[in-house]
Amino acid sequence: MADRTAKIVIIGGGPAGLSAASSAVKEGVDPSDVLILERDHVLGGILNQCIHNGFGLHTFHEELTGPEYAERFEKIVKEERIPCLLDTIVVNIEIEKGAEAAASPDGTGIDACKAGSGNDGAALSAACGRKLVSAMNKTDGYFTIEAETVILAMGCRERPRGALNIPGYRPAGIYTAGTAQRFVNIEGRMPGHRVVILGSGDIGLIMARRMTLEGAKVEVVAELMPYSGGLKRNIVQCLDDFGIPLKLSHTVVDIRGKERVEAVTIAQVGPDRKPVPGTEETYECDTLLLSCGLIPENELSGQLGVKLSGVTSGPVVNESLETSVPGVFACGNVLHVHDLVDYVSEEAAQAGKCAAKLVLGKCPAPDAPERVIPVLAKDGVRYTVPAEIRLNHMDELQTIRFRVGGVYKGASVVIDFDDQIFRSQKKKILAPGEMEQVILKKSDLEHAADLKAVTIRVAQAE
Amino acid sequence: MSKVTELTCIRCPIGCAITVTQDDEGKVTEIVGNSCQNGYLYAENEVTNPTRIVTSTVRVDGGVLPVVSVKTNGDIPKARMFDCMKEINRVHVRAPVSIGDVVLKDVLGLGVDIVATKNVGVMKDGRVYSRTGSGDDQLPRDSV
Ligand SMILES: Cc1cc2nc3c(=O)[nH]c(=O)nc-3n(C[C@H](O)[C@H](O)[C@H](O)COP(=O)(O)OP(=O)(O)OC[C@H]3O[C@@H](n4cnc5c(N)ncnc54)[C@H](O)[C@@H]3O)c2cc1C
Ligand code: SF4
Repeated sequence: MADRTAKIVIIGGGPAGLSAASSAVKEGVDPSDVLILERDHVLGGILNQCIHNGFGLHTFHEELTGPEYAERFEKIVKEERIPCLLDTIVVNIEIEKGAEAAASPDGTGIDACKAGSGNDGAALSAACGRKLVSAMNKTDGYFTIEAETVILAMGCRERPRGALNIPGYRPAGIYTAGTAQRFVNIEGRMPGHRVVILGSGDIGLIMARRMTLEGAKVEVVAELMPYSGGLKRNIVQCLDDFGIPLKLSHTVVDIRGKERVEAVTIAQVGPDRKPVPGTEETYECDTLLLSCGLIPENELSGQLGVKLSGVTSGPVVNESLETSVPGVFACGNVLHVHDLVDYVSEEAAQAGKCAAKLVLGKCPAPDAPERVIPVLAKDGVRYTVPAEIRLNHMDELQTIRFRVGGVYKGASVVIDFDDQIFRSQKKKILAPGEMEQVILKKSDLEHAADLKAVTIRVAQAE
Repeated sequence: MSKVTELTCIRCPIGCAITVTQDDEGKVTEIVGNSCQNGYLYAENEVTNPTRIVTSTVRVDGGVLPVVSVKTNGDIPKARMFDCMKEINRVHVRAPVSIGDVVLKDVLGLGVDIVATKNVGVMKDGRVYSRTGSGDDQLPRDSV
């Protein structure tokens, strides 16, 4: 038996979780039927340590810092009195026994829910299988919550240093950029004074500026790829402003020092990404920061049997941002890594709304004929979120988000309906560091009666 | 002697490479490479009077966190960033702190204040008394 029940359980109280919660309530769910579970002692997620400005330009039309942006959403959650359990870590999610057979692990959508009779929310979600969310905290110990729907909003984590394959000892002074950010911005401690940064992801760039302002000397930022994974604005304001060199197609080949980092050697890499002998440069330093990318945090999703994408490491979702497990939704960095928090909020609001519709019985009748149109990624487009659209669940407008795999100048983003070009949009620049989106109209899909698949691709300039 | 500056425009994601030429007096004589008016204004401003927002942290006494994040509540000249940091690092505040609290008025006489960007509650004897500055806006902190 569960210790508590809720209609919508949200795992993670970062910007994604907060926005999903407030949107579910806006859609008509009683706030007391929602529950946010957050393992930290505060809401806001990663934004608490992102003290720089540049958040919310799209949403609030002003430049906020991370904590200020988070507070705007926290306020809504407080005003609506949406219950939150802080200092509470979710350790497992499973489908209630007996209902398990109904869940279809492959193919997104609520196929299994078709078993439910009529357009009734309770029956529908009961047929989806109730979710048992197990969590722990100091006050309540280990407990289980029975939920009709679950929204995954666990964010992402940094690629750990072990995955980086840097030879040599493992002296003190090597941190991921996010860990360093936590030290400086939350704990008020500097991790070091002479710094080399490997990887030009946004967190690394932001930390280059932050540590420089606090009096450290950042010697160089080395990036393995021939382009930066960070936003242009961060390269200009965090590196160029302080004369910090960015060396593209470079990597760390040696770390000197047994107890503490003493020097780091970087070298140029060839097209095969292998170091080119004779190009080594050594920098004396006491700290090496790694900013080598983020991975969605999907251990819980994996255990639950949610189908994950090999490209994003996040769940494969349909137009409602619902995963392969019916009644389980995903949004924010747990779904795919975002660079702009505004898009996180927007996406999460969609997940919250769709979860609300499901529990309120506002979804189309489960036995209505359903057209499912896959959304495919091709030619430079690495993936799309969502990966399929169920036409009768689709809103008037559907945003498709994606990333490209390389830098393209003057190329076009093309939407194909089967093998016909439906729309083509010229882009001055497309880069892996910036998320792209296209918007599809429901009527356009409806008019294309025999449409089998929508493909998003990059067409290079002649 | 004219001065030539190479810039990357950051007004939009395209990031045009802009070249600005100035004469002896620093007057802008030519701007090329921008694709729109926004880029022109950015480039002009960048070479004549570049400004930035500075974000940092300030020590907190008696708070649930040792530091509180702060920002300049307006642009300051780019060249004064490090001076501004020196001033910020001299400041200590007492918890509670709320978003928007001025922790340092008119920094360096630039007409801009340093304001808190986070709420930091009071911590006494290892216990949290108020999570946020104002005290009455506790989360509906539930129990099972
Ligand atoms: C360093 C950095 C700089 C950035 N800079 C910018 C910027 O300048 N402008 C901009 O617009 N965007 C920026 N972003 C992007 C944006 O902030 C993020 O994309 C956004 O915060 C992601 O929100 P989220 O809710 O998905 O994840 P998070 O903020 O990571 O929140 C996830 C939450 O889930 C909780 N959680 C995880 N697992 C569990 C569990 N098992 N049980 C309970 N709780 C759990 C975590 O504690 C966390 O609070 C930046 C991101 C980073 C990391
Ligand atoms: S010049 Fe205009 S188009 Fe080019 S980056 Fe700046 S704002 Fe964008």
